[in-house]
Amino acid sequence: MKTHQFEVLVVGAGGAGLMAGLYASRTAKTAIITKLYPTRSHTGTAQGGIGAALGSQEEDRPEWHTYDTIKGSDYLGDQDAIEFMCNEAVQAVYELEHMGLPFDRTPDGKISQRPFGGHTNNITGKPVRRACHAADRTGHMILQTLYQQCMKNNVTFFDEFQAIDLLMVDGAAAGVVAVELATGEMHVFHAKSVIFATGGHGRIWEITSNAYAFTGDGPSMIMRRGLPLEDLEFFQFHPTGIYKLGILITEGVRGEGGVLINGKGERFMEKYAPKVKDLASRDVVSRAIYMEIRNGNGANGQNYVYLDVRPESVNKYAAADGRLNLDGTPLNVTGEEILAKLPDIVDFCRVYLGVDPITQLMPIQPTAHYAMGGIPTNMYGEAISDENNTLVPGLYAAGECGCVSVHGANRLGTNSLLDLVVFGKHAGLKAAEYARGASFKTLPDDPTEFARAQLERIRQADGTENVFDIATKMKKIMFDDMGIFRSGKGMQNALEVIRDLKRRYQHVTVTDTGKIFNMEMMNVWELGNLLDLAELTTVAAIARTESRGGHSREDYPERDDKQWLKHSLAWAREDGRIELKYKPVVITRFEPKLRTY
Amino acid sequence: MEVTLKIFRYNPETDKKPSYKSYKLDANEMDRVLDLLEKVKGYQDGTLSFRRSCAHGICGSDAMRINGMNRLACKTLIRDVGTRVTVEPILGLPVLKDLIVDMEPFFDNFRSVKPWFITADPEPEKERYQSPEARARFDDTTKCILCACCTTSCPSFWGSEKYVGPAAIVAAHRFIFDDRDQAAAERLQILNEATGVHRCHTIFNCTMACPREIQITKAIGEVKMAISTGILD
Repeated sequence: MKTHQFEVLVVGAGGAGLMAGLYASRTAKTAIITKLYPTRSHTGTAQGGIGAALGSQEEDRPEWHTYDTIKGSDYLGDQDAIEFMCNEAVQAVYELEHMGLPFDRTPDGKISQRPFGGHTNNITGKPVRRACHAADRTGHMILQTLYQQCMKNNVTFFDEFQAIDLLMVDGAAAGVVAVELATGEMHVFHAKSVIFATGGHGRIWEITSNAYAFTGDGPSMIMRRGLPLEDLEFFQFHPTGIYKLGILITEGVRGEGGVLINGKGERFMEKYAPKVKDLASRDVVSRAIYMEIRNGNGANGQNYVYLDVRPESVNKYAAADGRLNLDGTPLNVTGEEILAKLPDIVDFCRVYLGVDPITQLMPIQPTAHYAMGGIPTNMYGEAISDENNTLVPGLYAAGECGCVSVHGANRLGTNSLLDLVVFGKHAGLKAAEYARGASFKTLPDDPTEFARAQLERIRQADGTENVFDIATKMKKIMFDDMGIFRSGKGMQNALEVIRDLKRRYQHVTVTDTGKIFNMEMMNVWELGNLLDLAELTTVAAIARTESRGGHSREDYPERDDKQWLKHSLAWAREDGRIELKYKPVVITRFEPKLRTY
Repeated sequence: MEVTLKIFRYNPETDKKPSYKSYKLDANEMDRVLDLLEKVKGYQDGTLSFRRSCAHGICGSDAMRINGMNRLACKTLIRDVGTRVTVEPILGLPVLKDLIVDMEPFFDNFRSVKPWFITADPEPEKERYQSPEARARFDDTTKCILCACCTTSCPSFWGSEKYVGPAAIVAAHRFIFDDRDQAAAERLQILNEATGVHRCHTIFNCTMACPREIQITKAIGEVKMAISTGILD
């Protein structure tokens, strides 16, 4: 066992972790630990853009961004936090540019912006260019740029150190226990402030855009220390994943004029969102795709539809919609321009499907994408422990693992990159500020006890169950019964299956008895996280007897603001019981109203 | 179809020297090599160790030698490589276990070229302006995901870890040709040393290996030209 001491410890080195580390390290002794190399983080796979009302090419205002985000959240987002994020957005994007981020440019040299789902001009109701982009690799550029800045500023990294336990002393965060993957050795990181920036948990579902690494490590560690998780029942399914593989095809494709087409060749989004059509919110579009499939309109009778970005289609539908270039001329895009704007999308389709999107249709289906819920925090990234917003001293969360909540029941595209830059920064600032006035808590004699017990239990199990079988069954049932459309009966079924899998998981063991890069051990531990979060998610979803955003119930198809305009908090109690409590949504200026696109 | 994976295995805790083990499994031609490695790990040998994360060619974790070529396992389909597939760790970096190599020398080289934005000018209130043409000048080298496919395919790097290698030069290129950056001269000086661009003998292995299709040899050529002429264009 090795022990390290840092004033601020950041867990995770994606966009939120790097931003937090960058800001905290300005005034506090800071380290970032990450189970991957920082540049492998999932932020790098974000494609389409980061939202900010710069108004580079047309009028836009932070107030419109705020309203669109609140509406997108199906009124479950906290309005004070959303307003804060959207106001900070503009300066956050300029800051990224100042760090050298190579955004695409307008002809006059400004940051180029493209339309995205749910982002509108609030006067005309038409889509607005708000997504600041760097081709279709905006997340890659953000991740690289922030890592570059961390290197430049000598931020301390512990690469390939996997956190497995949060240390708490007297109700305050006191550090983290991590396994050094290269040696298998346990390290204790004693800290005054701990920031979780561990990302999402989309590996729970069968069809997913999420990396293998997205196993909900941060929320699981928090949960095991008796703290609640917020709004887990809200998980986003992105409308356009590559059929069967789930690989993300950015909404930027539709931002650039691409349209969804069903098996009959119809542009079906006109029926579901007459005003903004293919650029409706993700929950709306994903449901529309499922309705089409259910009504027998899937392509070739299968469970997929097409995304069409062939230049002749883009131009045809732009003319039909009256969409013009900014100078008022008709749109006339070419294959070369599409390739220049969406090079990675074209590459993915060619590699994984053998399809060329410039001349062919892309087969797509909705794919598990983003956790709106997670570790509850306030708008400064400070973790909270109950329905009264009581702070957990020294504990912070930012990025996808956190729940401020700015995304409510459904996140708008481009707001995740924004979330991690804005709240990563504020979590870093707050954590450093707290550390200045705090002292190191005295750790227990053996701080690794709980972490070791978790791994030892896996090592000692009888090995009668196969880890891959359990993972496969979990993913399938969660996709089938805890996916885009849900019902009480289906979810109850999912819960029983998950609980059975949790019992079977007790019998999974590892065959690798070594210390060096024992990835099998870590993967089994991660599966335990996914199972725990799947259970919590399902319990929270069963309890919520309404449809809102990403939580869509066939037995309760309407939103019910009287009963359910509130955030859920779920605790996994020591006796195995799951306890749910609720806290109100912060409403400032925008009264909930019917949501149409 | 039946696919045979012949995989380089080495566990320093138990093995005196590396060996190859073969695994037969049922697959289809659209399977990724990574999918099959996962299946081997799940059902045949849980001790098989490799890095992976995003599984679609963006995170750069799973660079491997697949049938003798450096590739990403997640971006290589069975239809591209056939039914007899040899998988080995990338060359030129110490093997730590199975397909996992020590990436530290690679990242040390990367850091040595100062791959971060440098300017002495004060920050404007809004963005710095940059023309689309100036932005396009270095677009290709912004695609790099630091997977090390290029560097570990380069005979000059195999010859000496001290050579910064193609990936580091690509990283430098991205800033040298960015007209907002002001440290081109500093980086060109670093790359003009004995460990720099002069070790490139235009073998093109790097360009062939790059899963992002970056024109690496061309980028290195542009850096060489800038060093010899002192002109950035």
